[in-house]
Amino acid sequence: MGRYLLRRLLIAVPSLLGISIVLFTVLALAPGDPFGELASNPNVPPEVAAALRAKFGLDDPVAFRYIHWLSAMLHGDWGFSFVSRMNVDTLILQRLPATLLIIGSSQVLALLIALPVGVYSAVRPYSIFDQIANLLAFIGFSLPTFFTGLLFILLFSIYLDWLPFVYRTDIGATGWQWYWEQLKQAVMPVAVLGLLQAASWTRYVRSSVLEVIRLDYVTTARAKGLPERLVVVKHVVGNALIPVVTLVALQMPALFGGAIVTEQIFRIPGIGSLLISSILANDTPVIMAVTFVFACLVILFNLIADILYGWLDPRIVYG
Amino acid sequence: MTEPELRDLIARVKAGRMSRRAFVHKIVGLGLTAPFATQILAHAGLAQPAPQGDYKPTKAGGGGALKLLFWQAATLLNPHFAVGAKDQEGARIFYEPLAAWDPDGNLMPVLAAEIPDIENGGVAVDGMSVTWKLKMGVEWHDGRPFTADDVVFNWEYASDPATAATTIGNYRNATVEKIDPLTVRVRFEKSTPFWAGLFVAGGGMIIPKHLFEPYKGANSRDAPANLKPVGTGPYRFVEFKPGDLVRGERNPSYHVANRPYFDTIEMKGGGDAVSAARAVIQTGEYDYAWNMQVEDEILTKLENAGNARGRAEIVPSRAIEHIQLNSADPWTEVDGERSSPKTKHPLFSDPAVRQALRLLVDRASVEAHIYGRTGVATGNFLNNPERFVSKNTTWKFNVEKANRLLEEAGWKRDSDGIRAKDRKRLKLVFQTSINAPRQKTQAIVKQACQKAGIDIELKSVTASVYFSSDVANPDTARKFYSDIQMYTVGSPSTPDPELFMQQFVSWEIASKDNKWQGRNPMRWRSEAYDRMYRAAAGELDAGRRAALFIAMNDMVVEDGVVIPVLNRRWVAAMSHKLKATLSSWDNDFWNLKDWYREA
Repeated sequence: MGRYLLRRLLIAVPSLLGISIVLFTVLALAPGDPFGELASNPNVPPEVAAALRAKFGLDDPVAFRYIHWLSAMLHGDWGFSFVSRMNVDTLILQRLPATLLIIGSSQVLALLIALPVGVYSAVRPYSIFDQIANLLAFIGFSLPTFFTGLLFILLFSIYLDWLPFVYRTDIGATGWQWYWEQLKQAVMPVAVLGLLQAASWTRYVRSSVLEVIRLDYVTTARAKGLPERLVVVKHVVGNALIPVVTLVALQMPALFGGAIVTEQIFRIPGIGSLLISSILANDTPVIMAVTFVFACLVILFNLIADILYGWLDPRIVYG
Repeated sequence: MTEPELRDLIARVKAGRMSRRAFVHKIVGLGLTAPFATQILAHAGLAQPAPQGDYKPTKAGGGGALKLLFWQAATLLNPHFAVGAKDQEGARIFYEPLAAWDPDGNLMPVLAAEIPDIENGGVAVDGMSVTWKLKMGVEWHDGRPFTADDVVFNWEYASDPATAATTIGNYRNATVEKIDPLTVRVRFEKSTPFWAGLFVAGGGMIIPKHLFEPYKGANSRDAPANLKPVGTGPYRFVEFKPGDLVRGERNPSYHVANRPYFDTIEMKGGGDAVSAARAVIQTGEYDYAWNMQVEDEILTKLENAGNARGRAEIVPSRAIEHIQLNSADPWTEVDGERSSPKTKHPLFSDPAVRQALRLLVDRASVEAHIYGRTGVATGNFLNNPERFVSKNTTWKFNVEKANRLLEEAGWKRDSDGIRAKDRKRLKLVFQTSINAPRQKTQAIVKQACQKAGIDIELKSVTASVYFSSDVANPDTARKFYSDIQMYTVGSPSTPDPELFMQQFVSWEIASKDNKWQGRNPMRWRSEAYDRMYRAAAGELDAGRRAALFIAMNDMVVEDGVVIPVLNRRWVAAMSHKLKATLSSWDNDFWNLKDWYREA
């Protein structure tokens, strides 16, 4: 096990280096620069924009800039945002709470829907409940978030005027009022993201339960005369959820990455909206840091998923 | 009357217990003149009454929260680092300049006691210096007094290239010295008729010396106050999250009586312009939304909805959507560059073609069907303020006349209906940025040109590329590798048009030599224009100076260097109850202290 871990970690190093080189080159080749807006402002002479570019090292060769970035990153210096003139790590940490709250609750919501619905559908395949659940699941994952988001805003904010559609991090209330306001503003984005995720997870849960429920040991359990509830909860679900656990683990990096579109629509100050605004402003250090951390998390959670798998399913041996 | 008595009177006016008029009356009664009385008030920091004079609240505070929505969020709060107007707006909540531009393009004192002019001796007759008298009794949010040292420091700070301030352009061609604790003198290298370039408006906000002095130069980015501003403005800093939120609270020791009205201020960023308009006009979640780049059709629809809670506030500006004609040849490469200033455009060197194009832009339709209230058809390149607007130009849309002009000049129709002369065919490439109203305008121009035998190929480029200064990209507006192109210039702009009219002078021609940084992408060159520009830059008489700018406008318009299409307006969304005056010559927050909500 220890050797396996070590090997996986060693393999991760070149993949991360490769990822960072690709990211950096693509960003360097992309058009536009962070001081583009200055160029169209007649009060700012062109030399000023040029001096700023030089000061922030934008005119250096790409390879040089990459090595500079890499060595800083290894020292724990995430870089310095051109646009905000502050350290990238502070910027990211500021955005993390909103993202964790919204994406985290949406994943919890998705699990709360997907597990019972998926299991129940599988236990009674092709029943009316299963048919309806299937239909909703298909509708759910064929609707993109930007569509459901706008639909929700139109319905709940504009026609009904129940919920605010601008997410605020500074609710000026205390106690229960604060929780209530927080709930009101989080409900739409969480629902948009959670329902989409729930739709696809429901399908996974259903199919994996269906597979297990037909196995001989389940029949044996039933033949022993165990009540159906016990058979499903104790014998079926545990085994059926092994692939689902991997799936959920692989979804975890998204917690950090945020939801770009949804965050933009509801003005949630999360990582996703930081990424998109940095891309629009050509703020390379921020884009680089966010995408790179995301890459690290993907690799990490892949490893975790593999290890979890072995722990849940003793048949798998690492060597 | 003794000095303490006089001071008492002034204090009473300051506290609002005595009207200005009563004060002047009393002084005149003592045998002094009325102007002298106003001057006493001015020096005591009670400059002119509020510009509109309709500020109703009778005490500071009590207005609750002011909620502002910006679809582009402020990313930093040091005004000397501001990259765009959004950053200036964020900083303007806390910082103030010496003076601000009102909607008519006149200076209003903020931290200055009065506006310098020749009569009060503030502006030197030779145009070599300007002396600012500062308002008395102004305090920074941390209680330290605001003095001439702060003003001088801002010049030192911004003009140091190592600071990397974006305001350096305003400050580097002058020197600033302290005369006494409340007086500073700005000296220019040469006679400068437009002396309000520094310490004024969005680019002239003043930061405190005592907090920024250790951070002048290369370590400017380490200043803690970059993220926690301490200014003189109507609101004090509470919280800042770059790209998301700026929060402030009422400054109880603000230097203007009874202001500000709101207890807290919140500037929320992100999202898009249309939904920001909705949040103000339709749902009323917010009081104000900045820079509504939204088609008028949508704004009108929101405003006319039954329960609309807000409106679009539309104010005149200088921004001009215009078509540029390339004077150089974009299709031949000379010394490694297309559109080289050494070449002549094969078609536009014939004035008849330029004049015909002028007749083929249907401005009335563009206004009526595309821009609505947010743009006004115009024949002038230089629009607003009124004193610089030419009355000599006209514009017409006339396909027949264009046809006749081309026919007379020898451009004959080929079998496919496209005109040609000396085997040169009238085929043009028309480029602009990707933006729905622009593509619609392109279509209108193309249609009219077709009727006149000119074939137009339309091209549109992503805005982030088109407006970038990327040297490697061939599709930028400055490279202008096409025959004609269209975009907007003139926003932001100072009321004085000197910098604005600079885009036609020959030394600003964009070319490979200056990495296409030059401001004149038309590559147009005119001795006469250059001469007029130089004359205007040194002309101290305001009337003659304005006349020169008008003549320059007439020249570029009548020569067909540019074809003005629409004078665009500045648009913001505001709740019906919010009372605020916007000025396109300055930030929207130029007069934030006077914003209030009607019950």
